[in-house]
Amino acid sequence: MTDPSGPREIAAFALMAAGVGFDLLGCVGLVRLPDVYNRLQAGTKCVTLGTFLLLLGVILLSGLDAMGWKALLCLAFLSVTSPTAAHAIARAAHRSGVPLAPGSVLDRYAEDGEGREGPEPAGGPSGDAGEGRP
Amino acid sequence: MNAMDLLLAGLLLGAALCLWRARAGPTPADRAVCVDILGILMVGFCAVLSARTGRDLYLAVGLSWALLSFVGSLALAKHLEGRRFDD
Amino acid sequence: MRTAAAALLCWIAWIASTGALDPVGLAAGAAASAAAALALRREGAEAGLVLLHPVRLFWALVYLPVLLAFIVRSNLDVARRVIDPRLPIRPGIAKARTTLRSLPARAALANSVTLTPGTMSVDLVGDVLYVHRIWVPEEDPDGATRRELEPFEGLLRRIFE
Repeated sequence: MTDPSGPREIAAFALMAAGVGFDLLGCVGLVRLPDVYNRLQAGTKCVTLGTFLLLLGVILLSGLDAMGWKALLCLAFLSVTSPTAAHAIARAAHRSGVPLAPGSVLDRYAEDGEGREGPEPAGGPSGDAGEGRP
Repeated sequence: MNAMDLLLAGLLLGAALCLWRARAGPTPADRAVCVDILGILMVGFCAVLSARTGRDLYLAVGLSWALLSFVGSLALAKHLEGRRFDD
Repeated sequence: MRTAAAALLCWIAWIASTGALDPVGLAAGAAASAAAALALRREGAEAGLVLLHPVRLFWALVYLPVLLAFIVRSNLDVARRVIDPRLPIRPGIAKARTTLRSLPARAALANSVTLTPGTMSVDLVGDVLYVHRIWVPEEDPDGATRRELEPFEGLLRRIFE
């Protein structure tokens, strides 16, 4: 497609422009927010929705032909993989001793002895990582 | 100049911000986050490319990129935790 | 039997996404789907086939727009916080118990929580879900998190259990 013409192409382009907008917001959040966990929140949410919108734009543009199906498949994969990856990284960060940002008010995870111990970063994995879990 | 080129430029700007954070760190976990986010961004980039050219080849690239970047993020996360990959 | 069904599903997905209807394309797809189904047999992934029950699929279709609405809301929320020059965040990790029993349902719940406003799941230990919140309420953060899980649990129970 070159420049959008016709209502369907304009709608698709609007979806994709919104997607790029959300992507950019997510990246701004990645730069501005203070710690790993907040950055993951902003990054995962905004960039996931942004990419969803881009893929939806492609589906709208091409209909459900080979290209549309690939975009749909991609959407299905992303909706499962992106939150899962975020969760894995957040857990790994906590267990490897990355502290919450100074303004944080609550850490039930450390209170329950699941993540890092103590306020100082341990600099390595905690000794009992992965043990005693159902 | 094409309307889709604007979208591509926007995505590249996002990727640049992402890379800035990857360089700034400060912890390895921050860099892992950037790799993860960059992977998802690039899937969107492939989607725009395929819409711009009308060829679904780029979406196939995006599809495999999504899966591989997921596996990569999981591997990085496990490595950060100091565990083996088959755990 | 189940392996054959899984292979057939893979094949349909292959044909839809390649659009190749020539004999070589179809044969390659059949071979790849059979290989994938056989490889997954040992992992027990076919157990997921029970999710194709029509009633479950119906509730999954109900779930999608609900989830999409939450995702859009959460993005506007994050966008508002990120653009605000004062950066209004009050982060912390709260916890809540889930009433879901099955593992796939809990995993889906954790993923949904990650995509909803201001929350991201950090870990699931037994039935306790640890959730990072970008804004921790002044009083009863765990209760607030618990209440946010409820709309998902009802639907997910219908889909997975």
